[in-house]
Amino acid sequence: MAMLHTVNKSPFERVSLDSCISMAQKGSSVLLIEDGVYAALKGTTVSDKVSKAMDGITFYVLGPDLAARGMTEDRIISGIKVVDYAGFVDLTTKHENFQAWL
Amino acid sequence: MAEPWEEQSEGTVKKFMFVNRKAPYGTIYALESLEVVLITAAFDQDVSLVFTDDGVFQIKKGQSTAGIGMKNFSPTYRALEGYDIEKLYVDKESLDARGLTAADLIVDVEILSRQQLADLMNEQDVVMSF
Repeated sequence: MAMLHTVNKSPFERVSLDSCISMAQKGSSVLLIEDGVYAALKGTTVSDKVSKAMDGITFYVLGPDLAARGMTEDRIISGIKVVDYAGFVDLTTKHENFQAWL
Repeated sequence: MAEPWEEQSEGTVKKFMFVNRKAPYGTIYALESLEVVLITAAFDQDVSLVFTDDGVFQIKKGQSTAGIGMKNFSPTYRALEGYDIEKLYVDKESLDARGLTAADLIVDVEILSRQQLADLMNEQDVVMSF
């Protein structure tokens, strides 16, 4: 089973997402949390980068962090799965190991 | 006899600009900026707010923070008018980069180019960055 990565920084401000994508292997998962959820939005300057990375990596986004920031699911790139806190826990148990890109 | 702070309030009015560049909730900057903005307005100063870079996310409509256990402070931006703070400026380039439009914003703002913002910034007595 592959690695679970989390990214909690805005992709417009930091390079955490870039580093994560460049080192995440095929079959691994990326969960976007906190300010990292902005990477899940459609129609931004980073959307294409994320869409390309989805060929091989499964993307998830934490629902409560999206809602806090006023973002609804219809604004999310198609194919990114929205999870709640219980889903976050499930992801950690279903992956062999974990890396937080702070 | 007037209290010292009352005497001072008859002093000069300076132009204060608050430059907001951070997303809400991930860091404390947005909330702290709002606190200082309100204090500055209480001293009857000439206040303007700029939202640029990730700061434009501060005034995104529909914020609902129940799920993260933090206070939703976005309604405060709507209350600024009551403190005579009506100069709100947003950087168009930052909105565009984030897929946002004026319709996404919780308050009425003036959307400006970077050059227009730079000119406004240059007119200020005090610029505070958050």
